[in-house]
Amino acid sequence: MNNPQLNEYGELQHLLTTEGLPVRIMLDILDRASTFLEAADEGREIRKVPLLHGKSIFNIFFENSTRTRTTFEIAAKRLSADVVNLNIGSSSTSKGETLLDTVDNLCAMHADMFVVRHSQSGAAHLIARHVAPEIHVINAGDGRHAHPTQALLDMFTIRHYKKEFHNLRVAIVGDVLHSRVARSQIHALTTLGVPEVRVIAPKTLLPTMVANLGVQVYHDMAKGLKDVDVVLMLRLQNERMQGALLPSGQEYFKNYGLTEEKLAYARSDAIVMHPGPMNRGIEIDSRVADGAQSVILSQVTFGIAVRMAVMSILAGNNK
Amino acid sequence: MRIHIKNGRLIDPRNDIDEILDVYVVDGRIAAIGNAPAGFVATDVIDASGLIVAPGLIELAARLREPGFEYMATLESEMDAAVAGGITSLACPPDTDPPLDEPGLVEMLKHRAKNLHQARLYPVAALTTGLKGCELTEMAELVEAGCVAFSQADAPLTDTRVLYRAMQYAATFDFSVWLRPQDSFLARDGVAHDGEVATRCGLPAIPVCAETIALATMLSLARETGVKLHICRLSSAAGVEMIRLAKQQGLDVTCDVSINHVHLSEMDIGFFDPNCRLNPPLRSLRDRAALRAGLLDGTIDAICTNHAPVDEDEKQLPFAEAESGATGLELLLPLLLKWARQDKITLSDALARVTLRPAQVLGLDAGHLGIGAAADICVFDPDMYWLVEPSALKSQGKNTPFTGQEVQGKVRYTLVDGQIVYQSKEPELRIEQANDE
Repeated sequence: MNNPQLNEYGELQHLLTTEGLPVRIMLDILDRASTFLEAADEGREIRKVPLLHGKSIFNIFFENSTRTRTTFEIAAKRLSADVVNLNIGSSSTSKGETLLDTVDNLCAMHADMFVVRHSQSGAAHLIARHVAPEIHVINAGDGRHAHPTQALLDMFTIRHYKKEFHNLRVAIVGDVLHSRVARSQIHALTTLGVPEVRVIAPKTLLPTMVANLGVQVYHDMAKGLKDVDVVLMLRLQNERMQGALLPSGQEYFKNYGLTEEKLAYARSDAIVMHPGPMNRGIEIDSRVADGAQSVILSQVTFGIAVRMAVMSILAGNNK
Repeated sequence: MRIHIKNGRLIDPRNDIDEILDVYVVDGRIAAIGNAPAGFVATDVIDASGLIVAPGLIELAARLREPGFEYMATLESEMDAAVAGGITSLACPPDTDPPLDEPGLVEMLKHRAKNLHQARLYPVAALTTGLKGCELTEMAELVEAGCVAFSQADAPLTDTRVLYRAMQYAATFDFSVWLRPQDSFLARDGVAHDGEVATRCGLPAIPVCAETIALATMLSLARETGVKLHICRLSSAAGVEMIRLAKQQGLDVTCDVSINHVHLSEMDIGFFDPNCRLNPPLRSLRDRAALRAGLLDGTIDAICTNHAPVDEDEKQLPFAEAESGATGLELLLPLLLKWARQDKITLSDALARVTLRPAQVLGLDAGHLGIGAAADICVFDPDMYWLVEPSALKSQGKNTPFTGQEVQGKVRYTLVDGQIVYQSKEPELRIEQANDE
């Protein structure tokens, strides 16, 4: 099977998933992101560059998102692109237009790149299969499947604080079953050579064959967090309480919420990450979220640089 | 009309025939095999040199989409497809709109099919009114109108007391009940097998226990009521094992598998290929192996297409939103031959799964070429390759997981009731024959 995100030269054509994304491309994205961070200010500030001047980027969000859409918008603007934001969840499809009709219309408006979020797994693949070869698609989250830019910014953050991947123990905590972030993190971590990736969750929140993704499965925080270097927290949606997946937020917090006591099982220099938005008191305690080991706000800053890197690499791969 | 089919390799599983024999058809019936009956003068001669002459195929699950879903397919388009696939009889499930739950609808469908003079149509009526799972349909009336069995198609029947009574009532009159085993709670929102691919792709999953739990209920109630039960579209290794056991215990149960599940697994979903969005879901490679083993040892009686033509637009959607189903009538024969080659099964044994055995499930004296039998015949070239592409298909449904693949085996003539209802028109590129001549 062809890898649908690479072109015939093995270069990045679309960014749809971290699964099967070659290491060289992942590292290229991380390295490029580094160059966008101003060295003078301890890697915290991003320059504006004219790399995408004259290009049109359409953020098409079939599912609501403020944070991800905003960071993509800022990233595109710092690359000097023209950005159009469309919240389709509330317009076309509710009038009966199909997903691909919407895409065709936007193509006719001379889009160069689509940033797509959709509630269904595989939506970004569908669009990527459909568009003309000069158009690039970035998956900004499709159903439970993938959220590759989030995973890549997480990898960037991990590399920033831990320098290497090959000596790390990483734990992913929470609702892996419904999480596109977790799936993309797992593929990115295993591709970059992290020797031990763990998932920690009750059985109701784990996909049946999760071990086949190359992770070790834990149901207990004390064991799962033991000696880990990185803790990746996942967001728990409130609706999980309805589908008989969990009894209550309180019980979940008691068993799987990240508190200072539970974090103490990890290495003392472990970092804590979260893709946001956080549910304080459900999956994470405020003292941890705001504590010394939390790098959650750095993730947001790095996210812009990583998205700039992805967009600029894609735009450079026009053949 | 008197037809002489000459020089063909006659394969008739029921009569254990597999040799070069001529077939003589008079007035719609098989008049003689081997030697011409006295005074026979042919009006038509079919030269079947290098071809196989077999009973017409009998299909247990062909959605024709009429009434109600004519934008997906019509009786005309799908009957054309059926005979082009060598299928001479087909059973259609009741999930039309309105569902086949009253005699008038069934009569109309049968009447329209009859006027097309193509394949024979055997409607399967709804087991409950509107397929809603609450009230029984008028089963005796429906049988009088021409129904052969009763089914819920893919509609759930969650109330086990209704199912129990439906089986009791059907058993009263010795009617067959056909059910697809799937627990609707466990399958809710699911679109793929609960396995490696659903895990990787983040697709809502249907666990195997959705099949086994429903199957356990159905088998228990069949034991209790003595109804003739046919299990449709088995999909899992655990399901095969349960049927095997039930048969060993002497239960009167038959079952079928779709040809898609004989060849495909969840892995074929790949990057969300909507053509592989099927009901039941494609399961693991292990399940596929068990289905094949079940065919070999006779646990699974018949192979069907589970033909479900779908509108193109409804497939151009994200995987979970795409309509389930695939076209299949024209692919049954080549896919059957492929299975026979792969599992080293004789052509006769393979053909039995799409002729004699489904006829037995339907309770028909059909699917064979005995003297006096209706001349429903499929003459095919087992060697000819052809490319599966939408334009090559007569079915209005153009979606199939086998698109773009080259398959081997092509129907040349289809006869129903001694009439040639299909004849392939292509200037066949039969290289072997060209060399012979």
